[in-house]
Amino acid sequence: MSVTITGAPFDPGALSNAFLAQSDSAGAAVTFTGIVRSTPDRPITALILECYVELAENEIATLRAEAIKRFALLDASIVHRHGRLLPGQPIMQVMTLASHRQAAFDGAQFLMDYLKTDAPFWKQEETAAGTDWVEAKPDDDAARQRWT
Amino acid sequence: MKILYFAWLRERLNRGEDEVTPPPSVTTIADLLNWLANQDEALALALANPAQFKVSLDARIQPHDAPIAGASTIAILPPMTGG
Repeated sequence: MSVTITGAPFDPGALSNAFLAQSDSAGAAVTFTGIVRSTPDRPITALILECYVELAENEIATLRAEAIKRFALLDASIVHRHGRLLPGQPIMQVMTLASHRQAAFDGAQFLMDYLKTDAPFWKQEETAAGTDWVEAKPDDDAARQRWT
Repeated sequence: MKILYFAWLRERLNRGEDEVTPPPSVTTIADLLNWLANQDEALALALANPAQFKVSLDARIQPHDAPIAGASTIAILPPMTGG
């Protein structure tokens, strides 16, 4: 496992179990799963993710290598969906494996913060009224800045 | 060279790509964005604020002062919202 950009649904539990089973020397694993959300104040019927797949693979592979080096991770795995997703479906999964918990948490947060700002995905919310592009959030840029 | 457009930029232009041959005076990404904006009204409107776009050369994001020589596919990327 390393970097997977896919148009197909994935099973977070199965991926997590396979990731955990690969090492006896790790003391900590962090699994983060992003999920499509529909809320009462902003109900959506679907989330559509546009992606430049080749660029996403290149950029996320570089990011993964940097995270492994920076936090001395034993491994890191990133799965990201594109296409049309329904509320409740996983969009992305970030997993880190490390000797100790702090590195596993930090590595996962670092990967998440960069994925929000530097990975070539664009979201469209589909509602009963049509589709709208989601705008980039200043908060995401601020979250990324803490690692520089 | 091939220029790829994504997300709302693609929608605003009503096309996903262009095939272009910029003149030799266009040497950097910044030059290219400026040159594209002079090609037609839709590109001029869409690229009015070039600083907001990241640009990739052959599927690697590069700074706006990077030279474009040798690149065959250049993508113009609106602010990303993925994950």
